[in-house]
Amino acid sequence: METSESAKSGRLKSINIDGTKYKTHYTTKFSQRTKWEKPDVKKVFSFIPGTIIKVKISAGKKVKNGQLALIFEAMKMRNRVYVPKAGIVKKVNVKEGELVPKGKLIFEME
Amino acid sequence: MALKKNIRELQKRRKEVFAGGGEKAIEKQIAMGKLTARERIISLVDKGSFSEYDLFVEHEARDFNMDKKTLHGDGVIIGTGTIHKKPVAIFAQDFTVAGGSLGLMHSRKITKIMDYALKMRMPLIGINDSGGARIQEGVNSLAGYGEIFFRNTLSSGVIPQISVILGPCAGGAVYSPALTDFVFVTDKISKMFITGPEVIKTVLGEEISMEDLGGARVHSEITGNAHFFAESEVETLDQIKKLLSFIPWNNTDKSDICKIKAPKKEFKIGQIVPDDPRQPYDVRDVLNSIVDDSDFFEVQKMWAANMVIGFGRLGGKTVGFVCNQPLVLAGVLDVDSSDKAARFIRYCDAFNIPIITLVDLPGYLPGVDQEHAGVIRHGAKLLYAYSEATVPKITLIIRKAYGGGYIAMSSRHLRADFVFSWPGAEIAVMGPEGAANIIFRKEINEADDPEKMRQKKIKEYKSKFSNPYVAAAKGYIDAVIEPEETRKLFLHAIKVSSNKAIASPNKKHGIPPF
Repeated sequence: METSESAKSGRLKSINIDGTKYKTHYTTKFSQRTKWEKPDVKKVFSFIPGTIIKVKISAGKKVKNGQLALIFEAMKMRNRVYVPKAGIVKKVNVKEGELVPKGKLIFEME
Repeated sequence: MALKKNIRELQKRRKEVFAGGGEKAIEKQIAMGKLTARERIISLVDKGSFSEYDLFVEHEARDFNMDKKTLHGDGVIIGTGTIHKKPVAIFAQDFTVAGGSLGLMHSRKITKIMDYALKMRMPLIGINDSGGARIQEGVNSLAGYGEIFFRNTLSSGVIPQISVILGPCAGGAVYSPALTDFVFVTDKISKMFITGPEVIKTVLGEEISMEDLGGARVHSEITGNAHFFAESEVETLDQIKKLLSFIPWNNTDKSDICKIKAPKKEFKIGQIVPDDPRQPYDVRDVLNSIVDDSDFFEVQKMWAANMVIGFGRLGGKTVGFVCNQPLVLAGVLDVDSSDKAARFIRYCDAFNIPIITLVDLPGYLPGVDQEHAGVIRHGAKLLYAYSEATVPKITLIIRKAYGGGYIAMSSRHLRADFVFSWPGAEIAVMGPEGAANIIFRKEINEADDPEKMRQKKIKEYKSKFSNPYVAAAKGYIDAVIEPEETRKLFLHAIKVSSNKAIASPNKKHGIPPF
């Protein structure tokens, strides 16, 4: 129902602004916000759902920074995904031809 | 004899077109809980006032066997009528005719009525119910959309433009409503999106229903694309009439002056706001204790509910209200609420509607999500909109105005004409707790009983700065008033500022942060 109409009857929550706690209601958007996490440079996630066309790296192999890791097709574009930092590949979680959703951990570095 | 024959011929032709997409299509339309395009128009305008044009327009498509198809009126009805006895221009897409799809002649009919509306300085009401571009007409239908968007932009700020979404409105088609001033949606009937569920599924593998993707509730509560939500089409049409009772007909007109009615007795202005600034209340109760007949008409009720915007009347004249809402998120400013208020302020300014701002906020909403969503540039919209507006601007600080929030909410420094404050208002850089922690950090930390010292210092800060008199001493506040005096002073302020004239530096246009 309407946020503030139904809110009137619901239980009050509290929000801290500059050290003061105010009694109030939350909006749906505020309740559903996700907690921020520091990006991990060693982990590469799919940024969009798509298909893995080619995998050029494998676990245990030494790779250079900026080396082509895989080709990932999404929105009719063949995107090239590169190795984020020099080092050893820890794990590759996808195979060629695999459909991946958004946000899947594709591979990680040691 | 010949004349009679001719009239019969005309009547026959009219009857054919009035049948729209035929009985079956109409039955389907009704089964979905929808009115037909013609019924919608008839229910909206004053009785018997609608005059239709381009009834006999035919499409020119030749490819894909289209030359063998008759599309009555090419799927759209255009015309003029009156609402509250004043002229309006209307178009309504007819979903029963080829799914209300937009081809070249369909769009030409729409742009014709848009040109009338602008030329004759009357509101434009567009009722959208269309499957989108008519694919068979190729780039011609894209051209049609472009011509509509261009006219929406040209008319913006000259005549009120109202979009009513009573069916699907997908792809490029959604941009016409987005360019207009007010978007009306009806539960379970309105659907708006750029790419629909099917495309999302094939391309992205994500499954979502039309309703969850772009239904009336989503646009009313989450995206902010819609301004008015209703349970039924009839309610939507009533909301449009109510809105039109408040707003001026064009940017040189003034809104109608209504009979003055006092606020209802049940709203007691002195009993709504708790003294403790941490306790919530519904700012709409305050509004209803001030405006004529306690009739506050809220815009974008469900989206960014921490800011309340809408129309009310004072002494029979329309006023736009912008208020922090302590009931939701303590009334903070954030990305959405700044965006919401800024656009409304610009609407009021464009159409000569005075703005009254009610202030009660603890500041900006803290959070990584807010910072990364660009609260800096969105928050700047509010500063821009208030600074730019030249209509009468009246501000009342109800209980607290801290930090950047104090500046942003139509402060004296952004050219407010009158700034009032209730006697309990705290105007300071931040709340006393936060301020005491910073100013007296050393004393608090070094005290034998830090908590006792903190409380002492908070009290000290409060008594010195948490009141309206420091700001009043500088002239930032014009008058500290009793709650019961509010309506009287607002009426007076509106009256004395009715001939307000100020010049802004000459420019083609500014560059607001959008």
